[in-house]
Amino acid sequence: MIDLHTYIGPYPFRHLPHPEPGMLVSVLAREGVDAAWVGHLPSAFYRDPAPGNDDLLAALAPYAERLLPVPCIRPDWPAWERALAEVVDHGVPAIRAYPSQWGLGADDPGMRALAAACGEAGVALVLTARFEDLRQRHWMDAAPDLSAAAVRAVARRNTRTRIVVCAAGRATIEEVHWGLTPEERELVYWDISWIWGPPEDELALLFRTMGSRRFVYGSGWPLRLAQTPRANLALLPDDVGATALADVAAW
Amino acid sequence: MTSPGAPAGGPLAGSGPLIDVHAHFFFADSGRAEWDALNRARFRAGARIGITMHVASILGSWGRWSPTYFASPADTTLGNDAMQAIASRHPDRVRWYVAVNPNDTGHALAEIDRRVAAGAIGVKLAAARRADDPLLDPIAERSGAGGLPILHHIWQHRRRHWPSQDASDGADLARLAARHPAVSFILAHIGGGGDYRHTFAAVRDVPNIYLDLSGSGVDRGMLDDACAAVGAHRLLWGADVTLETGLAKLWALEVIGLTSDELADVRWRNAERIFPRGAFSMEREPGTGNREPALDAARPHPEAGSFGSPFPLPGSP
Repeated sequence: MIDLHTYIGPYPFRHLPHPEPGMLVSVLAREGVDAAWVGHLPSAFYRDPAPGNDDLLAALAPYAERLLPVPCIRPDWPAWERALAEVVDHGVPAIRAYPSQWGLGADDPGMRALAAACGEAGVALVLTARFEDLRQRHWMDAAPDLSAAAVRAVARRNTRTRIVVCAAGRATIEEVHWGLTPEERELVYWDISWIWGPPEDELALLFRTMGSRRFVYGSGWPLRLAQTPRANLALLPDDVGATALADVAAW
Repeated sequence: MTSPGAPAGGPLAGSGPLIDVHAHFFFADSGRAEWDALNRARFRAGARIGITMHVASILGSWGRWSPTYFASPADTTLGNDAMQAIASRHPDRVRWYVAVNPNDTGHALAEIDRRVAAGAIGVKLAAARRADDPLLDPIAERSGAGGLPILHHIWQHRRRHWPSQDASDGADLARLAARHPAVSFILAHIGGGGDYRHTFAAVRDVPNIYLDLSGSGVDRGMLDDACAAVGAHRLLWGADVTLETGLAKLWALEVIGLTSDELADVRWRNAERIFPRGAFSMEREPGTGNREPALDAARPHPEAGSFGSPFPLPGSP
C-alpha cells in the first residue's frame, strides 16, 4: 500500500504538529502503509517552487526507501520545462501542480501542456482539490477548491499521463468521471482521503459505479489524520469491502 | 454495555463501551428516498466500530416541510415523533434528544416535557436562534430542572452570516452556559466546520461546556489541542454524519497520549456523567422510557393536503 497524498513542511494558515519526514515514516509504519508520495506543502504557496523542490529532495534523501518525492512544477513560470526535466532526473514518480493557488483557470493552456509533458517524461501529475475545508479557510487563503472543470480540461484528450486528484469529494469526482470518455477515465485516479463513508456511504457508491480501481490510498497527512482512509475502508459494506484499489506499485 | 451486532473479530474501536453523543436518523417523511438505507448504514457501521449507544436527534423533516435549522412547530413534532419511534424500536442501542425551536417557546417547553416523559434524555438546539439570546433561557432552565444536557449546534468561529442557519459559535454558547452553570452544554462537532481553535479559547474556562468531537473534519492537531484546552474530562466522542471520521478519531485518541482512564472518559464516562442517571442502562426498556409516540411517525404531515405536502411540488397539479 502506498499513500499518494502526503506532504512535509509547515502550512501557512495554521500550526501543524511535526510535519517532518521522520514522523511521516513512523506514521506509515503505524498505519501499515509501505511507502508514500510526498509533496512539499509550502511550495504550493511559493511564487517560484524551485527552492521548495530542493528542500524536498534533500529532506527525503535519508528516507528514500519509503518516501518518494513529488516536486512541484508551475507551468506559467519561465523555463518550467527545464525544471521538470531536472526533477525527473531524480527519479520522482510524479509531480504536483496547484492551479487554484496559482490562479490558473480551467481554460489555461499551461496545465494541459504540463500534463502532456508529464506523460512524455513518464511521471504522473498530482492535483489537489483542497487543503482545508472551505468553512475554515483563513481570510488570506483566497484560492477556491479545484473545480471539476479544471480537472476535465486536463484529462480530456489525454492519452498517456496518469492524473491523480487528491482530496476531492463525490460531486467533483462524479462530475469529472462521467464527463470523460472511457479512455480518458482510465488515466484519472482519485485518492479516498475526502470521500464520505457511512451512513452516506459515498465511497461505497463510487466503488460500485466507477470501480474501486479508479481510487488510490491517500490521507492528506500532515494536514489530516492518517487514520481516516484506513477507517473508511474498514467500514465499507460487505459487497465492496474486499475490492482492491489501483495497483500504484505497478505504475 | 456491548455493541449489538459487533463483528466476530471484535469492534474496530475496541470492546469497551462507546457512546456516540451526536447521531441522526431519518424517516419516511424526511424527503430522502434512501432514508431507511441511511439508518441501516448507521447501525451497520456502528456495530463494526463498537458503538454501544447512539444518542440521536431528528431535526424536523430535514428540510422537506420547513427548513432544517428553522423547523416549524408541526415539523419539530413530526421529527420528534419519528425519533421517539426509532428509539422505541431499538432500546438496546438508541437514546435520543428532543429537538426544539426556541422561537416557539411554549411549544418547545411542552415538547421537552412530553418527550422526556416518553424517554428523551437530552435537548437538541440547532440554529434557529443565537445561543446567547434570552429566548434560550427558559429552555435551559427546563433542561436544568430535568438534569438534561443540551446539545447545541455550533459553527466554530462564526465570522459572518452563513446561509440557512442562524449559527452560534463557542463564544455565544459560553455566554448562555455562564447564565446556567448547573446545565451541561454539549458544543457540537468541533470537526464540523470553522476554526475550532477559536472555540477552544472561547470555552476553556467555562466548565459546563463539553466538546463533542464529531464532524467530517479530521485536522491533525485538533484532538490534541482540544484535550489541552479543556482536558479529557470535557470531551465527548461523537460521529454526526461521517462515521469513518469518528472511527479515525478514536484510533487517533489512542496515540496522542491519553491514559486508559482518559480514553474511557471520552468514549463513554463523561456522557454517563452528564446525562440523567441511568440513561444508558439496559434496564431502560419500553415501558420505562422510549415509549412509542401516540401517533405513527410515518403519518402525513399535519400541514399536508391530500397529496401529503403543504406546498405545491414542482410539476404537481
